[in-house]
Amino acid sequence: MTMMTQLEAIRCGLSEEMKRDSSVFIMGEDVGLYGGVFGLTGPLWKEFGDDRVIDTPISELAIVGTGVGAAMLGLRPVVEIMFMDFITLAMDPIVNQAAKLRYMTGGKIKVPMVVRMLGGGGLSVSAQHSQSLEAWFAHIPGLKVVAPATAYDGKGLMKSAIRDDNTVIFIEHKLLYKSSDEVPDDDYTVPIGKADIKRVGKDISLITYSGMLPKALAAAAELSSEGIELEVVDLRTLRPLDSATILESVCRTGKAIVLHEAPLSLGIGAEVSALIMEGAFDYLDAPVVRIAGKEVPSPYNDTLEAQVIPTVGQIVTVARKLRHGGCND
Amino acid sequence: MGTEELLPLYKKMLEIRNLELLIKPLIREGLMRGFSHQSVGQEGVAVGVCSALSDRDYITSNHRGHGHVLAKGLELKLVMAELLGRATGCCGGKGGSMHIADPSLGILGANGIVGAGMPIAVGAALAIKKQGMDSVVACFFGDGAANEGSFHESLNLAAIWKLPVLFVCENNLYGMSGPVKKMLLIEDIAIRAKGYGMPGIIGDGNDIEEVHKLTAEAVARAKSGQGPTLLEFKTYRWFGHSVNDAEAYRTREEVEEWKKLCPIHRLRDKLLTRGVTQETIERIDSEAKAAVEEALEYAKNSPNPEPEAAFRDVYA
Repeated sequence: MTMMTQLEAIRCGLSEEMKRDSSVFIMGEDVGLYGGVFGLTGPLWKEFGDDRVIDTPISELAIVGTGVGAAMLGLRPVVEIMFMDFITLAMDPIVNQAAKLRYMTGGKIKVPMVVRMLGGGGLSVSAQHSQSLEAWFAHIPGLKVVAPATAYDGKGLMKSAIRDDNTVIFIEHKLLYKSSDEVPDDDYTVPIGKADIKRVGKDISLITYSGMLPKALAAAAELSSEGIELEVVDLRTLRPLDSATILESVCRTGKAIVLHEAPLSLGIGAEVSALIMEGAFDYLDAPVVRIAGKEVPSPYNDTLEAQVIPTVGQIVTVARKLRHGGCND
Repeated sequence: MGTEELLPLYKKMLEIRNLELLIKPLIREGLMRGFSHQSVGQEGVAVGVCSALSDRDYITSNHRGHGHVLAKGLELKLVMAELLGRATGCCGGKGGSMHIADPSLGILGANGIVGAGMPIAVGAALAIKKQGMDSVVACFFGDGAANEGSFHESLNLAAIWKLPVLFVCENNLYGMSGPVKKMLLIEDIAIRAKGYGMPGIIGDGNDIEEVHKLTAEAVARAKSGQGPTLLEFKTYRWFGHSVNDAEAYRTREEVEEWKKLCPIHRLRDKLLTRGVTQETIERIDSEAKAAVEEALEYAKNSPNPEPEAAFRDVYA
């Protein structure tokens, strides 16, 4: 076991897969010599060179489309979109091509591509560099979408994503890059499509993913001292959702909170709420509560921005109210 | 090119045209549904380009792709069955007219999104280069697609990485209804090649020998590591953009003028002057007619996909 940051763990997963399989390569803007905007890919470029870690022009549409074409001929590209917000420039290759080519051709084609995207706010980088757009991709049949929140899951899911024969959207969060946990040294994977109960608790199921996981765990620690035990369910995969784990947890606790950084309306929380209503209605003591980002673009000023993103305090307040019999405000 | 080389190309163009001529009647009869974009008049480009490609080479195509996929070697009956949505279609009835593909023949697919084939072609060429394959990718697109962002990004990327791509622009003077005179300030799309540092070659798309020659030269350049070429073939579509097109944007006179430049008739006339007999020509004419009729019978007698097929092949 090695203690490492999530950034290091994702890099480690990439490195191991690139060693194991020569068809795996990285493509993106400033991933090589510059090293990646947060330094993730630089050491990989030093290790594997220009041929395997390829710097591209600023051409998101062509970069992702090139990934599609290369994957169709048997390579396994890991394409980087520097900030998730830039994916708007490359929606066609993902949504109309990668997600659909296998289906439209009756199974003749596969597109084993990984598209890494860096999302999330909290760094004062403003509205066009802070978004959480995962719901867009989780809504598309033909894609898989993962959003690891720990170093362990980061490495394990990266390896699974690369080995998967489908296009996997791999969502990273800026504020999680520095978070550390223990990572096995051996060749392990984390399965796509399986949630993980990060903290067992009997009172409320707090279902979350990505950047909100540390806040969920912090809230759970605080509430524990009051005798309220949160069960923190880390979704890890957003498409396909692990409904079995979600429902099993809620059936035990009888109360559910869904927490995400992305804006409330039509987010992942709406889907999970519907799932819980459909599959665990008789076990619910109260309606599902959603805690999510506010319905505004991310403001630049840090005090303003802090208002937009859910806080530990908000989670604690909601959980207290829920535990003591209250409904949504 | 010798007549032995040209005769199969003549037949292939006829087969394409005969299939395309069935589209409107099939839609009217209700045997075919949805959109379809016929390439009647443009057969010279599809067959001419593919005649300079080998089995090891790849193509990407667009929404007007029946000619491209047939020219690259897809069987008539598999295309026809796909157009009728049958289980025996090359895509099991799951894709239809705009999504015909067969990677085993190097056909990376027709595409319903204008310009989408270009980045895919660049990616395929990248894979070819990385794996040291002796192959090229020909990417078919129209004058309209030359204004998509994907065109500019793809040409630049293929050029800087010296990838073995042939960007084949079929300039038929109209996007859907948008005339090139209005949508471009330049007469020749090929001059855009200079902006990306690659050769831009113009040819008569309705002269199949010229198409073959220019394509072969571009293939040789690509295989020798000199990178991509932008080929612009001037041509014309006899029918509207799709079956529902009233063609208000062009005159009947213009259509008739271009019909005189028909690639099939011009090749036929050439073959006759080069010693091919009228009997041979007529034999090929009826073979091409019979081949398409046989394909239609096959398609009509094929079953629909079973209901479960709607839920298959979403994921590998």
